[in-house]
Amino acid sequence: MKILVPVKRVIDANVKVRVKSDQSGVELANIKMAMNPFCEIAVEAALRMREAGQADEVIVVSAGVSQCHETLRTGLAMGADRAILIEDDQDLEPLVVAKLLKAVCEREEPGLVLLGKQAIDGDNNQTGQMLSALLGWSNATFASSIEVNDDHFKVTRELDSGLESVTANRPSVITVDLRLNEPRYASLPNIMKAKKKPMDKLTAADLGVDSSPRLQVVKVEEPPARQAGIKVSSAEELVDKLRNEAKVI
Amino acid sequence: MTILVIAEHDNSELKPATHNTIGAAGQLDGDVHLLVAGSGCASVAEQAAGIPGIAQVLHCDSVEYEHFLSENMSPLLVSMAGNYSHILAPATTFGKNVMPRAAALLDSQQISDISGIESNDTFVRPIYAGNAMATVKSNDSVKLLTVRITSFEAVAETGGSAEIVTVAAAGDSGLTAFAGADISKSERPELTSADIVVSGGRGMQSGENFPMLESIADKLGAAVGASRAAVDAGYVPNDYQVGQTGKVVAPNLYIAVGISGAIQHLAGMKDSKVIVAINKDEEAPIFQVADYGWVADLFEAVPQLDAALDAG
Repeated sequence: MKILVPVKRVIDANVKVRVKSDQSGVELANIKMAMNPFCEIAVEAALRMREAGQADEVIVVSAGVSQCHETLRTGLAMGADRAILIEDDQDLEPLVVAKLLKAVCEREEPGLVLLGKQAIDGDNNQTGQMLSALLGWSNATFASSIEVNDDHFKVTRELDSGLESVTANRPSVITVDLRLNEPRYASLPNIMKAKKKPMDKLTAADLGVDSSPRLQVVKVEEPPARQAGIKVSSAEELVDKLRNEAKVI
Repeated sequence: MTILVIAEHDNSELKPATHNTIGAAGQLDGDVHLLVAGSGCASVAEQAAGIPGIAQVLHCDSVEYEHFLSENMSPLLVSMAGNYSHILAPATTFGKNVMPRAAALLDSQQISDISGIESNDTFVRPIYAGNAMATVKSNDSVKLLTVRITSFEAVAETGGSAEIVTVAAAGDSGLTAFAGADISKSERPELTSADIVVSGGRGMQSGENFPMLESIADKLGAAVGASRAAVDAGYVPNDYQVGQTGKVVAPNLYIAVGISGAIQHLAGMKDSKVIVAINKDEEAPIFQVADYGWVADLFEAVPQLDAALDAG
């Protein structure tokens, strides 16, 4: 089985995000970028399947500006076999990314596409579900465990109400949640080796997809700031404040 | 224009998130229809018909909707979409799972987790864990929206008398099958709709210490939540998680115990009306958003708080 893992380049999770003064977006220039943490979990899951003999090739794919090649190199250094970069300077919306990935799936014919459940920049939580729709494949979201079987995957899903398990026919699109695994760090020798691994470059036009956005961003603003309040020093004082000042208990 | 809201329910009753989503739909121009798709869910349709402001309840009852699988729900939505200008679902794991699959089939760029409605085509939503708010405009002919339920008032549950119309099922895709569930049972209020939430973090040190928080929660009629660190460490189940990738809550009172206040956690609770933080590290970022901060060892502070609540 071939596994395709789409990965996204985002602002590093530890960096404080700043809104641009012209309200056109958030500041990306000279900001530390990294692979979206959920995508790292997806890469790790794919690598473990290959190491368990359940998959024979792991391909990482990313769509976006040319610097996404760095994110792909991270995936290769973790252990992916090869990479595909779909280079595009537009702000790519989830539906566009799903269309690009569908075209890649038609070329590569993977048995499984593993994605993060959401990216920590747009927080959309859409791409995997959309890709499964366009392919007409089964879909299991928010996976906290994945069991590979001959004709299906058994997936435990994290829901607001607890856990649910489903069987999803192969091929499938599965989106991963936090508890699936802890991603490995790339070792220095593997970072060196990754530089020699193959990376194909494509464009949206190569894949026959119109990558222009549907949504118009009117503005991006700072959220209303919350002020720190006061310190209390005893339980009695806290209960008194909550009862008589805030009146919430 | 007519607006379709997808009800979240468990085949016996509506989930509270449905009422907030209808509240959001009420800010758009047009009649609101409510789709109740499930299996053996006639009682849910009847309950839904009592909600004021609903023009029509669309009841689709068939076994393939019993577990709300996205592969079965999405063709049903596609078959109905031609009649609607907007389709809304709550931004819960139910809505997040089903809506994008329908949106892709309709070639519509969904807008996720809206927290404000500027007009029929312009919406506000948090991005970057709520560190920025984006206002976006959609020109898609049918707009698919998931709704941040804490940002919209719930509508009343009774007082209306909508017509119930039966809708034909769209068939079983056969792509996935339900294989079991481990649903958390609790006598406490649901986390996302509770008036008071008591949450524990890594500072709790063990799941065995959570009964300390449960005791306070029970005295206050509160729900119990947790930070990602506490869930990852296995102290409590995943459905306790409050944050960017877990649940978003906005209760009247949020009590954060042993939680440092990473931005990913703040994203899930900073719209709470009053925030209390108990943490022994006075530099913890949680104090920057807390109305009442108490720098103390939680293992001393929580029993004292418990006793002080009794004394009152």
